[in-house]
Amino acid sequence: MEITLNVNGESHRLDIDTRTTLLDALRNHLDLTGSKKGCDHGQCGACTMLVNGRRINGCLTLAVMHEDDEITTIEGVGQPGALSPLQKAFVKHDGYQCGYCTPGQIMSAKGMIDEFNMGWPSNVTDDLTAMPDFSRTEIKERMSGNLCRCSAYPGICAAITEAAPDEGTSKEAAE
Amino acid sequence: MKPFDYVRATSHADAHDSAARIIAGGTNLLDLMKHEIETPTKLLDVTRLDMTEIEEAENSVRIGALVTNADLAADPLIRERYGVLSRALLAGATGQLRNKASTGGNLLQRTRCPYFYDTTQPCNKREPGSGCMAMEGRNRILAILGTSEHCIATHPSDMAVAMRLLDARIEIEKPGGEAQILTLDEFYKLPGDTPHEETALEAGDLIVAVHLPDAPKGAQMYRKVRDRSSYAFALVSCAAVVATDRGKITDAALAFGGLAPKPWRNTEMERLLIGEAPSEALFDKAADVLLEGAQSHGDNDFKIPLTRRVVKAVLGELTGATQ
Repeated sequence: MEITLNVNGESHRLDIDTRTTLLDALRNHLDLTGSKKGCDHGQCGACTMLVNGRRINGCLTLAVMHEDDEITTIEGVGQPGALSPLQKAFVKHDGYQCGYCTPGQIMSAKGMIDEFNMGWPSNVTDDLTAMPDFSRTEIKERMSGNLCRCSAYPGICAAITEAAPDEGTSKEAAE
Repeated sequence: MKPFDYVRATSHADAHDSAARIIAGGTNLLDLMKHEIETPTKLLDVTRLDMTEIEEAENSVRIGALVTNADLAADPLIRERYGVLSRALLAGATGQLRNKASTGGNLLQRTRCPYFYDTTQPCNKREPGSGCMAMEGRNRILAILGTSEHCIATHPSDMAVAMRLLDARIEIEKPGGEAQILTLDEFYKLPGDTPHEETALEAGDLIVAVHLPDAPKGAQMYRKVRDRSSYAFALVSCAAVVATDRGKITDAALAFGGLAPKPWRNTEMERLLIGEAPSEALFDKAADVLLEGAQSHGDNDFKIPLTRRVVKAVLGELTGATQ
């Protein structure tokens, strides 16, 4: 089936089997291998990417369902020499060991910070109607869809905490 | 995954193909298709249809079937009036999954019984008549109420438990365009002799919305007990709303997840509470009524005492009787 995907601001025409997940389309057809395939069942978060600004699991959606959507992967966030605030903070705080989960962690954190800035509550938020605190407890709950088998969680939390004020689109997102 | 044709519905008229399996968020269906537990030959993508709004009407709120779990949980009106629904949604899955999973799709989630997922094993739900290995197998997460000799699967949704509590109605569009309105109790079938028939949906039907009546009076709560504190299915969950006045319970409703093949509610238990002064003894009696006839299968024996403790904790907290 022929489709057009908009990825990181570029439009790509591709002819794919309907079974192809968005993750596989990006990795195998467009050579965007930053998004990783971990469990391929939505459990590990290594494939996290943004679709229309929202974080999702690229492995649990079909590429053919995403015509006209704006897809953002780790390649669209920063590049060597021009890292995003989250990427810099992950380097500084050692937010990884093997690095396989890192693109997913960073994309998830990016989406999560936007959700936070829109005032979305989480399972650990005491008052559903108040602006939640950007605490370690909140970060851990909101990032529970991203596993790190090297257990670099302390570094990941520190990196997200440091980069959050410089990331996201708090003002636009709130409107 | 087995090959399938993909069709995108552009109007409601396209969305009633009885030969097709409907896909929206896809977070459960695609997982099942990868395991070849579900093998549709045609997928009908309804995500471009106009079912994405949360609208306030007289004495109700109408939630479009495509509203994502994330948007529903974060909606200011839902957070303010139906906190138990926000809480239930936020207790389920992950940020990524909630951004994709839809309201209609969440209602249609399949069980996470390990034997339903293991295609090398018999399963009456997956292959009618093949048998059930769960009865004497790994049944730790499985049901103790509403089961049959053919199936002890639980319904996995947190959202549906809160909706059952709130007396939500499911709006279904029939192939001819007419609307059918069902309560969650009417919507979900118990397994009986046909555990593969899970809902009242018929071929070509489309869930278009869920209606919530006015929020009930009283304090709301969603308590979920699970093996880890995030991203895990409920062992036992309880959505509850309780109102008290001058030391007496004036209204009480409780719905349970993790116990049964559908979100579970026991009106006899609720009636027993109303008009009484809250006490440990009363809560114990309520748990007795709920658990009458409960049947466990070994690994899930713990669910019977756990349910009792959850009932007592939830009622104690909502009435202020115990802390």
